[in-house]
Amino acid sequence: MTDHILPKRVYYTIFGILMLGTYLTVQIAFFDLGRLNTVVALTIAVIKATLVVLFFMHVKYSTRLTWVVVLGSIFWLGIMFVLTIGDYLTRVWNTYG
Amino acid sequence: MLPEAAHHAHHPSLAHHFDSLGQQKEAATLGMWVFLVTEVLFFGGMFLTYAIYRAWYPEAFAVASHELDVTLGTINTVVLITSSLTMALAVHAAQLGQRKLVLWFLVATMVLGVAFLGIKSVEYYHKFEEHHVPGPGFQFEREYFRHAQLFFSLYFIMTGLHALHMIIGIGIMLVMFRWTWRGIITEDYYSPVEISGLYWHFVDIVWIFLFPLLYLIGRHGP
Repeated sequence: MTDHILPKRVYYTIFGILMLGTYLTVQIAFFDLGRLNTVVALTIAVIKATLVVLFFMHVKYSTRLTWVVVLGSIFWLGIMFVLTIGDYLTRVWNTYG
Repeated sequence: MLPEAAHHAHHPSLAHHFDSLGQQKEAATLGMWVFLVTEVLFFGGMFLTYAIYRAWYPEAFAVASHELDVTLGTINTVVLITSSLTMALAVHAAQLGQRKLVLWFLVATMVLGVAFLGIKSVEYYHKFEEHHVPGPGFQFEREYFRHAQLFFSLYFIMTGLHALHMIIGIGIMLVMFRWTWRGIITEDYYSPVEISGLYWHFVDIVWIFLFPLLYLIGRHGP
């Protein structure tokens, strides 16, 4: 088999970054940044998720077909979010109160 | 009928419809990813529901989120990310054919998974005691009574389905433990452990998003 076997230190490094990300998310949540709180929290979460996908799930070293499927999931998720939220935000939503 | 010789040339773990173990492994990985796409959209629907209700009732969500236990939530995040590390190390050991290490890392992953569920059930227990479970017994400040129930409904549905995935994941790890124990998993054939790992890491990713969105949105409030 011609698999790409990653050295162990890659996993430990990614683990360290994930821990750091968790620490930062919790710390930042206690400061009032207004709307930015959610933006920062989601940015850190996206970075953490990307690292898990690329290294723990080996996608960085996978075939192009795997890449297409992974990016496809984000694409379909995007369609669902953009169309649905686009619909809701263009309604008079006070009537739902 | 295949001639006996050709049949014996096959690796015992290679299914008839694949040319090589490499091709078989690629197909397994691809198949798992296609399943994970359906999972992304399954959880995505719930995150979308959360996004819309939170956009409608931001104060109620912040106040309700404040009732969750950040310490236990943070500990669980650490526990789950650590279980992802032990899972990745289990796959790494499987790639190198280190059978004993695979078994130990699978046990570590399962123990951490059970610890996560244990902490989660302590949190659920507190919520029942505090009457924060949506339904006839629900109690909350009058101003946010209705919309806090929406938050807690989403909290229980999302963390509950996440926990269900963890329970299934632990079941999968038990099967992987058995297969490794019996010598089915070798350095030539470790894709079952690898794609089980994909599932485990996916469940970890769901939590990476659930944790800040459920536990941390009301921390800096008025």
